Amino acid sequence: MKKLTAKSPTLAYTRVKPATNALFIAIFVILSLLCFLPALLVLIVSFSSESSIATVGYSFFPQEWSLDAYKYMFTQGGYIGRAFLNSIFITCVGTFLGLALCSTMGFALSRSNYKFKGFFTWFIFIPMLFNGGLVSSYMINAQVLHMKDTYWALIFPELCSSFYIIIMRTFFKTTVPDAVIESAQIDGASQIRIFVQIVLPISLPVLATIGLFYTFAFWNDWQLAKYYLSSNVQELFPLQYVLISLENNIEFLSRNKQFMHGVVNTIPAETVRMAMVMVAVVPIACSYPFFQKYFVSGLTVGAVKG
Amino acid sequence: MSGKVKKRKSRNGSSFDNLEIFFLHLPTTIWYVIFCYLPMFGIVIAFKNYRVAPGKSFLYSLFVKSKWCGFDNFKFLVNNSIFKTMISNTVVYNIIFIILGIVIPVTLAIMFSQLYSKRFAKVCQTAMFFPHFISWVVVGYFVYAFLATDYGIVNNIAKAFGSEQWRHQWYQDVGFWRVFIVFLNVWKTMGYNMVVYIAAINGIDSELYEAALIDGASKWEQTRYITIPLLRPIISIMFILAVGNIFRSDFGLFYQATRNSPQLTGVTQTIDVYIYKALLENPNINFSSAAALFQSVFGCITIVLANLIVKRIDPEASLF
Repeated sequence: MKKLTAKSPTLAYTRVKPATNALFIAIFVILSLLCFLPALLVLIVSFSSESSIATVGYSFFPQEWSLDAYKYMFTQGGYIGRAFLNSIFITCVGTFLGLALCSTMGFALSRSNYKFKGFFTWFIFIPMLFNGGLVSSYMINAQVLHMKDTYWALIFPELCSSFYIIIMRTFFKTTVPDAVIESAQIDGASQIRIFVQIVLPISLPVLATIGLFYTFAFWNDWQLAKYYLSSNVQELFPLQYVLISLENNIEFLSRNKQFMHGVVNTIPAETVRMAMVMVAVVPIACSYPFFQKYFVSGLTVGAVKG
Repeated sequence: MSGKVKKRKSRNGSSFDNLEIFFLHLPTTIWYVIFCYLPMFGIVIAFKNYRVAPGKSFLYSLFVKSKWCGFDNFKFLVNNSIFKTMISNTVVYNIIFIILGIVIPVTLAIMFSQLYSKRFAKVCQTAMFFPHFISWVVVGYFVYAFLATDYGIVNNIAKAFGSEQWRHQWYQDVGFWRVFIVFLNVWKTMGYNMVVYIAAINGIDSELYEAALIDGASKWEQTRYITIPLLRPIISIMFILAVGNIFRSDFGLFYQATRNSPQLTGVTQTIDVYIYKALLENPNINFSSAAALFQSVFGCITIVLANLIVKRIDPEASLF
């Protein structure tokens, strides 16, 4: 910012006309609202009363506000809590394992004197071009590895990404000086020690970026659950998949005998659904503005080809 | 003497160091073998007439029970009327997405970089980035809040204006979804793509603009002759990536956001949706695996071709 103000005399001449600026502002205001208002609508609906929805439908201006949906979730929704915990568990384990796998491979490929560097560069590059497709992956994961109806099915299939590995490799290569590694080697440090004690601490920015990519990807994932979970393992359902199951029938909740105790009739169906959407969205909506800069830096790093 | 030897070894990487690094990334290697390379051999399913042997393992069913059938699966698939629909849907939508996914974000990014107030710009960027962070499941609910027949906001506004036929069944309106799918895709990817181009624009040396200003270039000319040419490498990288995925479609957009409405099959049946349905909803492994292999092979061909063409035009801009 300081840099900009220092330069502002020149910048003033290069600016667009005020009228154009006003037009641009109008366009961006409209686009921002377009991106943001649907979330606000769902939030408002989740705080409306059932009777208000019955008369005016989903509305930005409900006739009556109510906390019924959230009360219901907290008192009756052991099932929802379980789904929430499942999502957190999958996200944490997935992010940690994903980072571990990608960073070790990235480290290996960043080492210019690693003997198998050429081979493993191709090894991770080929899957970027060609893959077996959903059917054979599904068959192998479900039928050969027997991952169906386990947590592993929600974590392992998407754990590694060649793209992330390349980002990491490029970062390690450009940020960690060869001299540092060489001197550590002369001091007798093992490769593992160099990786853990020298490379990782220097590389926190890229770990944060990729870690965030993973966190959001695992939190938002529903496809793996859809492929690999059957309806009789509801205790494994992550939040996103519960949302899918709720889509057409709120009675889905009442079918969970082990989590529910009667009270089917009193479910504020319309609002509970929207309240659950909020449970899935709010953690993201509250956190991403703070992490946005890591995302932007990640995108820029990704644009550097290596 | 020994110090000398050690130094030489450390420079070339001793075999022990190599081994250590190898063991460090061994788990990743195993992951790749299991989850990337094993499925590559799994494509043999597409050349088999797959039959399940009850009580036996998948591999037994595949290699012993199922007979080789050459390209029969592909022949049957291609002759099926569904094939034409899914290919044309996937490719046509992707062409539209690629064009809009470059034109709109680049335009917006250029406009964005001209905004006076940096604070306002930052707020807008944050708001427009939001759709990128939410899943299609959630987007599906957002859309539902607007389009639901009884409670949806659109129908209720129509009702408030006294429309007789306010109970419009949006989830059965094929013509509407044909356009709305494009809108949804732009909505979800706009902010993300814009950020990529904004980062590139910020990287442009401001001296270039100053020099142009001295030469009397207008703002439009500066954009035309400085910004856009300098954005070309990043645009072409984004283009190659998009073209390489021309036979892929966003399963969430076509399946989840449309609530898998049976009436919309004509516009939502893309290759990915078909593969999913033929794999898990009404199983037909033969067709499904043939479609999946088709997608992989053509995806591979298109990405290599796209890269080759870009390389021919501008060697600096190619991906590999």
